[in-house]
Amino acid sequence: MKKKMTKGSAMIISALQKEGVEIVFGYPGGAVLPLYDQLYDSTLRHLLVRHEQAAAHAADGYARVTGKPGVVFATSGPGATNLVTGIANAYMDSVPLVLITGQVPSGFIGTDAFQEADITGITLPVTKHNYLVKNARQLPGILSEAFYLASTGRRGPVLIDVPKDVFDQEAHFDYNVECEIPGYNPTYEGHAGQISRAVKEIRDAKRPVIFGGGGLIRSGSSAALEELADRAKIPVILSLMGLGAYPGDRSLFLGMPGMHGSITANYALSEADLIIATGVRFDDRVTGKLDSFASNARIIHIDIDPAEIGKNVKIDVPIVGDVKMVLESILKKLQPGDTAEWLKQIENWQRQNPMPGGLKSSGSAMKPQYVIREISRLCDENTIVATDVGQHQMWTAQHFMVRKPCSFLTSGGLGTMGYGFPASIGAKLAAPDQKVVCITGDGSFQMNIQELATAVNNHLDITIAIINNGYLGMVRQWQDIFYDKRYAHTLMEGNPDFVKLAEAYGAKGMRACDAKEATAAIEQAMQEKGPVVIDFTVEPEENVYPMVAPNRAINDIIIGGDHS
Amino acid sequence: MKHVLAVLVEDKPGVLTRVAGLFSRRGFNIDNIAVGETVTPGISRMTITVEGTETLVEQVIKQLHKLVNVIKVSNLSEEPSVMRELMLIKVNAEVGSRSDIQQIVETFRGKVVDVSPDSMIIEVTGNEEKMEAIKLLLQHYEIKEIVRTGKISLLRGSRITRES
Ligand SMILES: Cc1ncc(C[n+]2csc(CCOP(=O)(O)OP(=O)(O)O)c2C)c(N)n1
Ligand SMILES: [Mg+2]
Repeated sequence: MKKKMTKGSAMIISALQKEGVEIVFGYPGGAVLPLYDQLYDSTLRHLLVRHEQAAAHAADGYARVTGKPGVVFATSGPGATNLVTGIANAYMDSVPLVLITGQVPSGFIGTDAFQEADITGITLPVTKHNYLVKNARQLPGILSEAFYLASTGRRGPVLIDVPKDVFDQEAHFDYNVECEIPGYNPTYEGHAGQISRAVKEIRDAKRPVIFGGGGLIRSGSSAALEELADRAKIPVILSLMGLGAYPGDRSLFLGMPGMHGSITANYALSEADLIIATGVRFDDRVTGKLDSFASNARIIHIDIDPAEIGKNVKIDVPIVGDVKMVLESILKKLQPGDTAEWLKQIENWQRQNPMPGGLKSSGSAMKPQYVIREISRLCDENTIVATDVGQHQMWTAQHFMVRKPCSFLTSGGLGTMGYGFPASIGAKLAAPDQKVVCITGDGSFQMNIQELATAVNNHLDITIAIINNGYLGMVRQWQDIFYDKRYAHTLMEGNPDFVKLAEAYGAKGMRACDAKEATAAIEQAMQEKGPVVIDFTVEPEENVYPMVAPNRAINDIIIGGDHS
Repeated sequence: MKHVLAVLVEDKPGVLTRVAGLFSRRGFNIDNIAVGETVTPGISRMTITVEGTETLVEQVIKQLHKLVNVIKVSNLSEEPSVMRELMLIKVNAEVGSRSDIQQIVETFRGKVVDVSPDSMIIEVTGNEEKMEAIKLLLQHYEIKEIVRTGKISLLRGSRITRES
């Protein structure tokens, strides 16, 4: 009997539908034409962006909100290379993506053909895995492996490069393939002996803290984390990537640690006798000088990726596994210790060291921290906030009240300016019923500002708050502190009129220069349909404090700013 | 200290690049590497020698494990194992010095595999010390060229390094 034959491009579309993909983010071109032609007849939704980088970031935002892999299409050569920043960004923050790129036809590979780029070679260090498809027969296996790899274990981006002729090749299509990857067996369940050791450590600790990161969010551990913290009365510190895993308004929450972390979080990590590290990787922005990091503490480290355990910091109780499953096993045997003294100490630190900023300054320009607090106050608890990179990002981490997981999207590992706005587009498509706010800078916004067209065209209700200080503020701050105020090329001379620009794209534009205008603009933006850009004119030379200088101990803090 | 790692990998396109790329981007140095087939079709074995502390080698092994095409990594330096390398040396050999060279080669149980009017090619196998020793002696006659396969290694006894 002759088997039914299917074209490569049709296999891809049908595999995506079987994987439950609702939307593809992409941009067409010559080498990927056969796939787009197939898409033309399908019910699969496609969001046409204005730059491939934005497709990758939008898919990333979608994935962070839904937990499902974000899917991207792009063409060969420049289309594929434009994705690279977005892929690296997702890799650093462990975000599941499946990216499908067109490639020049098989026979042309290696000849420097028109729009040829070795994208599997280029993305090798920034993907969890990648494939160059040789034959349509391989497609079912590769597609199902790609989704499996992206969305299990430590999540990450997987790229599939498909030569143009392979889209048109016919082969038998059966998607009920079992993924058998001999070299890939993530450990989910924690080692029972190590879990018992962790329970004892927690019982005996006098000054314990939980230090959680992005792994909590990716594994859906919020409930388990809350139970652990609340039952054992252990304070919680969350890294930038972990914000939202524990409600930001609880008294046990101490904020973010590290370079721009709260003073209490840094003191607590430095004075703790036990750190329960969950889904974190001890980034240098968190630990400061490694030799003096948490020198008084024993450390339990729970992570899905064995390579993270012991990479930067010596660990006393390593537990490889899914953070949620391990926390649940610990909870079954939990014996709370006595932390009353410690909590008193922490309360003192909190009282003595409130976050600086937040004043509406009279006369001179508005404080950026105030604007962010005001946005936070006017948002409901289901709001998703996406940030760009710079001072406004740190102020958002410090002053925006994040209460729920998967609702704070930021480029943590790579620190990619230009991430925030496309990520908020992905977030809005993932959660159409939730409010989405993008807090960006005058520099960062211009790195993907063209996506205003995408947002307008798709009627996406997104509030874009530009914290406009007229500077590449974070870099200017380093020049201020470490380079004798020599502001080399950080003044954003020639910024456009963002209000007019928004209007040119067909979006609503508003400007706010003082507290009253700010409140009114935010309130109005929340009611508007479609994207709204608010240009907040803020104090140009405000710095982010507290600050720990790079490679200093995290309790060696520069305390600046306005404390009232 | 030098560590010899046995790395079993799926025989897929680009797998050597993936392994080599991992070493360079994480700042690990490969001393030498040898690749070849195993008894199982579709699986190759890489023998990689790295120099570094325990902590570094632990990190190398963990990072190698993260590569999807890597099936198994074992540190053979931690266990009794047989290590061998093959070296070909082209040495200056005028008629007058030939018998001296011949004697050295015999002492090291090497073989002369090619002779020309003024040079010889010598083949030696063995462990690292043996390679270094014969090199030192032959330097006296001027070594013109050297090529080495890189180390290969098997556990002693009946135990084997398996895929699972
Ligand atoms: C793509 C990219 N280029 C450069 C940088 C370095 N950088 C970090 S923060 C920053 C300034 C960001 O300026 P803006 O978006 O206006 O934010 P602000 O710090 O002023 O709030 C720069 C240039 C970066 N993170 N990403
Ligand atoms: Mg700025």
